[in-house]
Amino acid sequence: MKAFSFEKPSSIEAAVAALGAEETLPLAGGMTLIPTLKQRLADCAAVVDLSGIAEMSGISLEGDMLVIGAMTRHAEVAGSDVVMKAIPALAKLAARIGDQQVRHRGTIGGSVANNDPAADYPSAVLALGADIVTSKRTISADAFFLGMFETALEPGEIIVSFRFRVPEKAGYAKFASPASRYALAGVFIAKRGDVVRAVVTGAGPCVFRAADIEDALMKDFAPHALDRISIDSTDFMSDIHADKQYRAHLAVVMAKRAVKAALEEGGS
Amino acid sequence: MSNVIGVGASPKRKEDLRFVTGRGNYVADIKRPHMKFGIFVRSPHAHALIKSVDVSAALELPGVVAVYTGADMKADNVGGLPVGWGISGKDGNPMKEPPHPPIAHDKVRYVGDAVAFVVAESVEQAEAAAELVEVDYEVLPHVVGVVEALQPGAPQLYDEVPNNLCCDWDLGDKPAVDAAFEAATHVTSIELVNQRLVGNPMEPRAAIGEYDAANGQYTLWTTSQFPHVVRLLMGEMVLGIPQHKLRVVAPDVGGGFGVKQFHYAEEAVVTWAASKLGGAVKWVCQRSEGFISDAHGRDHVTQAELALDADGKFLAMRVQTYANMGGYLSTFGPNIPTNLYAPLLSGVYVIPSIYCGVKVVFTNTVPVDAYRGAGRPEATFVVERLVDTAALEMGIDKFEIRKRNMIPASAYPYQTPVIVEYDSGDPMACLERSMDLADVASFEARRSASEAKGFYRGLGVSTYVEACGLAPSRLAGQLGARGGLYESANVRVHPSGAITVLIGTHNHGQGHETTFAQIVSERLGVPFENIDIVFGDTDKVQFGMGTYGSRSLVVGGSALNKASDKIILKGRKIAAHQFEAALDDIVFENGEFSVSGTDRKKTFSEIAGAAYVPFDFPLEELEPGLEEQAYYDPVNFTYPGGAHICEVEIDPDTGIVRLDRYTAVDDVGTVINPMIVEGQLQGGIVQGVGQALFEHGVYDEQSGQLMSGSFMDYCMPRADNLPNMVIQPHSTTCAHTPMGVKGCGECGTIGSPAAVINAVVDALKPLGVSHVDMPASPNRIWNIINHSSVRAAAE
Amino acid sequence: MKITFTLNDRPVTADVAPSTLVSDLLRDTLDLTGTHVGCETSQCGACVIHLNGSSVKSCTLLAASLEGQEVRTVEGLAKGPNELHPMQVAFRENHGLQCGFCTPGMLMASIDLVSKNPDPTEEEVREWLEGNMCRCTGYQNIVKSVIAGAQAMRNAS
Repeated sequence: MKAFSFEKPSSIEAAVAALGAEETLPLAGGMTLIPTLKQRLADCAAVVDLSGIAEMSGISLEGDMLVIGAMTRHAEVAGSDVVMKAIPALAKLAARIGDQQVRHRGTIGGSVANNDPAADYPSAVLALGADIVTSKRTISADAFFLGMFETALEPGEIIVSFRFRVPEKAGYAKFASPASRYALAGVFIAKRGDVVRAVVTGAGPCVFRAADIEDALMKDFAPHALDRISIDSTDFMSDIHADKQYRAHLAVVMAKRAVKAALEEGGS
Repeated sequence: MSNVIGVGASPKRKEDLRFVTGRGNYVADIKRPHMKFGIFVRSPHAHALIKSVDVSAALELPGVVAVYTGADMKADNVGGLPVGWGISGKDGNPMKEPPHPPIAHDKVRYVGDAVAFVVAESVEQAEAAAELVEVDYEVLPHVVGVVEALQPGAPQLYDEVPNNLCCDWDLGDKPAVDAAFEAATHVTSIELVNQRLVGNPMEPRAAIGEYDAANGQYTLWTTSQFPHVVRLLMGEMVLGIPQHKLRVVAPDVGGGFGVKQFHYAEEAVVTWAASKLGGAVKWVCQRSEGFISDAHGRDHVTQAELALDADGKFLAMRVQTYANMGGYLSTFGPNIPTNLYAPLLSGVYVIPSIYCGVKVVFTNTVPVDAYRGAGRPEATFVVERLVDTAALEMGIDKFEIRKRNMIPASAYPYQTPVIVEYDSGDPMACLERSMDLADVASFEARRSASEAKGFYRGLGVSTYVEACGLAPSRLAGQLGARGGLYESANVRVHPSGAITVLIGTHNHGQGHETTFAQIVSERLGVPFENIDIVFGDTDKVQFGMGTYGSRSLVVGGSALNKASDKIILKGRKIAAHQFEAALDDIVFENGEFSVSGTDRKKTFSEIAGAAYVPFDFPLEELEPGLEEQAYYDPVNFTYPGGAHICEVEIDPDTGIVRLDRYTAVDDVGTVINPMIVEGQLQGGIVQGVGQALFEHGVYDEQSGQLMSGSFMDYCMPRADNLPNMVIQPHSTTCAHTPMGVKGCGECGTIGSPAAVINAVVDALKPLGVSHVDMPASPNRIWNIINHSSVRAAAE
Repeated sequence: MKITFTLNDRPVTADVAPSTLVSDLLRDTLDLTGTHVGCETSQCGACVIHLNGSSVKSCTLLAASLEGQEVRTVEGLAKGPNELHPMQVAFRENHGLQCGFCTPGMLMASIDLVSKNPDPTEEEVREWLEGNMCRCTGYQNIVKSVIAGAQAMRNAS
């Protein structure tokens, strides 16, 4: 690993100030950043560890709004009674990210800010229409995910917390790559009133809402409503684990499973 | 004696205490004074000429001590890496054996081929400098596929190897086989790919070279399964270091599986660099680097045919295999798809005639060599896929066709048409026992239950036989081995009666420290805890060929048994002297030497003590001391075998294959430590399951890059992929090893791939599927299901 | 930079480069080589240690992050040379290891599991160990060891 300096601020202001310097990267859980630096795929002059900022961590329910701090670790979300009661699908999603050791370190903010095309959390953030509170503003999920590893975050801007409006029903299902355990296709479904949002991760270059799935489920919120649905796989990823057609098929299968889970789990 | 722990017991392993407390001593753990660190610069191209290597910028970085290129080594007269087996083609000509420089100097032949070695004060400094080594490549067209490499117009790796053909080898009576096919009622033909695997022991390779100029002494610490062979090959053939000036130490090694039984370039480079720098140089392989520098396994394409009569009796087998060697010949490379493959094609069946041709081919890929099973899993896969396909085609039950053609126990010793003679075995008993244990009778009920859930379920069986206990030197020599394959053991009895055993095999997970101590404990009546096993250091151990080919117990254990015989004889001589009795009257039993027919006796410890206090020895007849050495060379291979049955459940929505049940009945000969044997079988089976369901070293044809170059893309079996397996030995006694042992290290890996794939094919049989290539990955299975006309019609 | 943390119940101060990984700090600087490194993609789990009681991959953790934290490695499990941790005993008794390379990580992950789930089922053990690779055992005896170790840990507490 190339040498860098290290800073661990205890306030958001201090972190933002530190991140204003050249070639400075924020460190959340480090589950992507550290392997990337270690393999010399990237380098930087300084790392700013966000784990010392108390207000960036924690879980609370504010009315019908579930608030999760950006530095909250996957294992905390997975094990939280508050999350399990408000949005059980989110707790279950967190419980299947990576492996146990990854879940002890990885954070929701790090995962969403990185926007890996095969990450789990972005699908929930987009499907639940969460608000992303950053160090300078609030960004709606619809405006956040721009492309592969690309988000609306500006240089030096960090995510502070996520505000999830509790849905009526929600479910998540993923088919993990047998090798890496990242999603080959994962689908998060959220229903609030007549509105259903279905978000696919792992299949395309970036999480996206699957309109055909949403339309079908708004007519009939049941797995069989998706029996005749197929997803356009033109822009999907293709690799040694899954070709485009297979990913498109898996997305529909996972959508059905997510609906089934939503119906079984209920929601709020 | 109560603390004698002998054959058939399962004491806790001696080696475990250091491992569970984090006190193992692996090469990467070792620090030497003023040690420097080396990093290899490796080719990013599959095939290219090296026009120049500019190391000047790298040398200017702080901490950089030296940067070596292939040209530097060539100028210093460093030799190429030798090949341990030479084979000859069907035209009688020897294989093509082009030079294999430790660092390439004129041309690179695969992605990962080393082009420079950077040495610095720290790993970080060496890494930074490695990025500044400027290599000017002239990129050439490349070829990664074994069949493609033989095509006219394919890129040529070597001027002196036309058509990339290293050797066109064959075995068997082709006219007899062709005639049998002419006369056959039914011919089953299949085409198989036995995919490339990456062995991936959990400990990455590592090496430390050290040179002490004051004494002219070299030391190499290396993650090796055979330190003495490394000393021989590297010392004599690569670096020109006399054997007595080179010490090779292979301390605790974190798994081998064949990957660590070759002499690697990195061993020679660190040792050579240490001699140039006059100190110690350490290299620790990164996992991603291991993927492109550890020798790979398998990589065959095979066409196979089985001729049968109207009753489903086998008449003949005809096989043509294309075996990928990669860019260079690794230590045992050409031996694996030939001598360790074709002689096993008879399986456990009576097949009157067999012919096998093997084209051994160079490609622009990482060299291919032995990986657990080495040739024998490939042979078993051919045989058992042929048999299953024939059964399907002829409408014969898969168990019935096997029983109909199986070698009966009464026919042993059984001479196959492909060189080997099986000394012992009872495959029918293994098959029937496995069918009972697997509850084959209730399979249809389980299949119905799966169908009710919307899943496909299949049951697969594979029998197998392997040739192991490598190897009888006489036979190996006829087959092209360039050295003997015996083993040595030294039993050193201390004056107290405690024992140190020095043995030439290498323990890297197999539990030798325990199993070998059990042998000595039983033979000499010495308490288990008073016996230590020493291995892996050429300065301590006399000589040895190391551990591979399920040979350690078979060959090394037999040497130890033989050395124990010698100890007993010497002890009897000492006792005869002490009792003033005739040697013939001295009996050794239960750890005591006694005069036959009297109550006069001395314990083993008393005799050991006496051996070292020879006040009144008749020195011309009886030497002081109690230490004996034995070399054992087996008279034949051993032939473990067995039957494996498994059941899989397939989710048609995702294509995922879930291994649900696995049963294995294996004939491993005499079992010394049942706990360790079961562990070897479990681990072996899972490596075979890994091949069947998960693992694949995938090369991209366009770029020549290894696509599955990390654990992110190379799918290793994990705890949550597997069921508990039911494993039982059903042993016959080996007819020629002194303890009746056959070996067990590779059984699981040989028997399991065919069992799993046969189960997958059985599950998909309703869709008209007759073959599935490995690995049966979700995407592959879903594609098969999705493209099935039967399924489309049903929907 | 100087960091101070608790390592196997003892205070430790070390001078590290900020880019130092915990696995390198333990192995190279502190000579605790029981923590192994088997990959660089955070997949194999040979490097698992406890950070404040939870299992983490030390190859994916900066030493700088240890300031003020509590770390336990495989060397800190046994109370003494003759008093192994019940999980260490269980791995030995159930042949839960062969070459020993993955063993420290397996032990650390397993003890963390039992601390959170004192009576895990076989399935729970297999799922929990998805981040720990073993190439030798086929996992069967590891799972058996963890279940036996859990029982022993319950009995001991």
